[in-house]
Amino acid sequence: MKRFALAGNPNCGKTTLFNNLTGSTAHVGNWPGVTVDKREGMYKKCSEPISIIDLPGIYSLSPYTPEEIISRNYILDEKPDCVINIVDATNLERNLYLTTQIMEMDVPMVIALNMMDMVDKQGDKIDEKELENRLGIPVVKISALKGTGLKELMDRALETSLKARKGKTVLEGCELYHLINDVRIALEGQSIENPLFHAIKLVENDELEVKMHATTIKMVDEFKSTFKNDLFGTDFEALVADARYKYISKNYSPLMTKKEKGVKLSKSDKADKVLTNKWAGIPIFLVILFAIFHLTFGEDFLYLSKIFALPSLEDLGLLVEVEGEMVASNFGVSLLACIYDGAIFTPGVILFNLMDLITSTLFGYITLGLEALGASEWVLGLVGDGILGGLGGVLSFVPQIIVLLLFLSILEDTGYMARVAFILDRIFRRFGVSGRAFIPMIMGFGCSIPAMVNTRTLTDERERTLTLRTIPFFSCGAKLPILVAVAGAVAHMVGMGDGSIISFLMYVVGMVVAIVSIILMRSTTQRGEVSPFIMELPAYHVPSFKGLMIHLWDKTKHYVKKVFTIILASTIVVWFLSNFTWNWNMTGDINNSILASIGQFLQPFFTPLGFGSQLNSFGWVFVVAAVTGLIAKEEVIATFGTLGALFVALGTGVPELAAEGANDVYLMVLGTGITWPALISFIVFNMTTIPCFAAVAAAKGETTKGKFKWTLLFWIVTSYVVSTIVYVVLSWWWTLFIFLAVAVGVVFAIRAYNKKHPVKGVN
Amino acid sequence: MKKLSEFSIGELGVIVKVEADPKIKRRLFDMGVTPGAEVFLRKKAPLGDPLEVTIRGYELTLRKTEAKCVTLEVKA
Repeated sequence: MKRFALAGNPNCGKTTLFNNLTGSTAHVGNWPGVTVDKREGMYKKCSEPISIIDLPGIYSLSPYTPEEIISRNYILDEKPDCVINIVDATNLERNLYLTTQIMEMDVPMVIALNMMDMVDKQGDKIDEKELENRLGIPVVKISALKGTGLKELMDRALETSLKARKGKTVLEGCELYHLINDVRIALEGQSIENPLFHAIKLVENDELEVKMHATTIKMVDEFKSTFKNDLFGTDFEALVADARYKYISKNYSPLMTKKEKGVKLSKSDKADKVLTNKWAGIPIFLVILFAIFHLTFGEDFLYLSKIFALPSLEDLGLLVEVEGEMVASNFGVSLLACIYDGAIFTPGVILFNLMDLITSTLFGYITLGLEALGASEWVLGLVGDGILGGLGGVLSFVPQIIVLLLFLSILEDTGYMARVAFILDRIFRRFGVSGRAFIPMIMGFGCSIPAMVNTRTLTDERERTLTLRTIPFFSCGAKLPILVAVAGAVAHMVGMGDGSIISFLMYVVGMVVAIVSIILMRSTTQRGEVSPFIMELPAYHVPSFKGLMIHLWDKTKHYVKKVFTIILASTIVVWFLSNFTWNWNMTGDINNSILASIGQFLQPFFTPLGFGSQLNSFGWVFVVAAVTGLIAKEEVIATFGTLGALFVALGTGVPELAAEGANDVYLMVLGTGITWPALISFIVFNMTTIPCFAAVAAAKGETTKGKFKWTLLFWIVTSYVVSTIVYVVLSWWWTLFIFLAVAVGVVFAIRAYNKKHPVKGVN
Repeated sequence: MKKLSEFSIGELGVIVKVEADPKIKRRLFDMGVTPGAEVFLRKKAPLGDPLEVTIRGYELTLRKTEAKCVTLEVKA
């Protein structure tokens, strides 16, 4: 089967073209050893099926970033039958820079002149026939988004792939051409493939090539000693880059005729003037951010219920009492309850409720069906409580994650996301990461998984590691129930009314831990300069529906896949552990389960954190709750719910607290004698420790080999230390001074060490 | 002759030379920041850094530290 590779700049419409060509056949993986997307799909509309490989978006074939190295190695080593070079026609000059490098390889090639619809709209013209003549490479006008020209592109590519092509260069007029040609002949003499490409890279002193051709590089070095250029000296890399651009602006750029636009500001300029305004830029960003989170997670749309007195469903008499709980009187009311209950919900919450209704109804029928078939008790337990219960909890979050991703995709597709990095870079650089790291971090408030997947947009490996490790500290949606429930109980214990201030403070604690740990890692294990910030700011445009859906599906796929693999597997394991005793007998009493004995074993380790050995014999429940939180953070409160019933049976009495789940937590307080500082420490521990399995899997996928175990250790140590400090200081306020003294000591020790052991490039 | 980091908003210049660490220099070159290219300083971020410039018909952002590596001839 023939293989065609897609190559082009970031933002040139490569993803759109790839999805348009391959439809639903695409699958995503990683290139071996590195975390750069590898995507393959099939194109079936030619006379024979063609495999399409999407190479990462790059500006050049330099040896400095993993994306660039992968792309050039793919073309050189895997020898695709044809390279389709996508060129953004609205940005011809910079896009052709990559073209001039690809064409130096001995590989058949066609150019897809993309975004022609935009060019036409602006009234500009490109003479593609002349471009084809001058480059000596077929040029096809397309619009990946509108789907025009694709058939012609693939036909031309198929035709081109039939005959071999010798590499060509635009450097013939360059003063280095003699040297390039000599090196090429020498390499050809050694029967090396792609001699022209290697020759040019050698002349550029490319670090990968110099190692490969140790003997030939002497030719270049000899030449260098006799060479003199007033402008560049012997910086051949600069000379070559310069020669490419000179050639492009002289020969190719004139083929584009721009319509006279006059002095009128374009819409894009106008929008930009406001969005990145010196005074309004940051406030506007904060408002947009708030709006996104409100529309995704808010339970009170535009705070209407605060303005108007809206009756709850109970007030309206639509609920009936069943076994002491108020439930909807019919299915219609259940549907209404998804949208409204004393307040109009926001789109994200409505979808969450709908999904919850669908899954619980559907799963209810499955359980009923199993019962009707006479399934044994353990099958019912495994399927009903274990698999369906676990999956249901996680699946209900899918709509909210999709809504959040939709908003973020809109920001990305409009070009605003790049401006966010632009606006915030100054602030984030202080902490040791660039403005771009902000996007995955803020996504972490929704769900860590898409946030971690997003870290691959960061170019610097250290920055990627730092961001990935701190994402869980930006408390995700699934941790919210823990916050609400435990904070509600704490508020009751200290007489504070409701727990919202405590919840808010907890979010702040999470962010402070993130910042402090970034600074700490930057000065210890992840030392080095903040990566450079040299980035294209794409033109603003109104996103197309189709483009949005393509991006959305691209991102959601990862998450859904994980739900059905890792989460499914882990829910089965937990169900098993909490329902079986060590001698393989099923037990109805969780106190006898394997999980309980694991909890009892681990309990002493949590003594410094306030929920260890100082509690009575039921103290293990906090440990178990935290451990089940590793499966999914929702499990923490679910575990409390199960165990709370146990305590009521033991006669602790039933408190009546308003906050969701707070009653269950308060039952734990009555049952175990835990103090409020320990409860706060419990929240902090859950917020900062290892995230849920699904997020851990995502993190594993995004970390470079060997760093993953350190990432896990980092989470364990951070949560242990921070929770201990929180517990001890809240219990005995004067210990704050001891911790401060230790902190000062640590800072001095690190400074002294770093002074003695400087790292290159660090001041 | 002036460094790009010293430009004020609305100033136009032609690049004369680029001096930086190989990695950063190559990145600048790849993005079209090469001698002879015309650069227009469009704006600065709300906190004064990074900068946004128009070069070769597109918008590029870079920090002042990187802009310091670029020397230009100011054009009226």
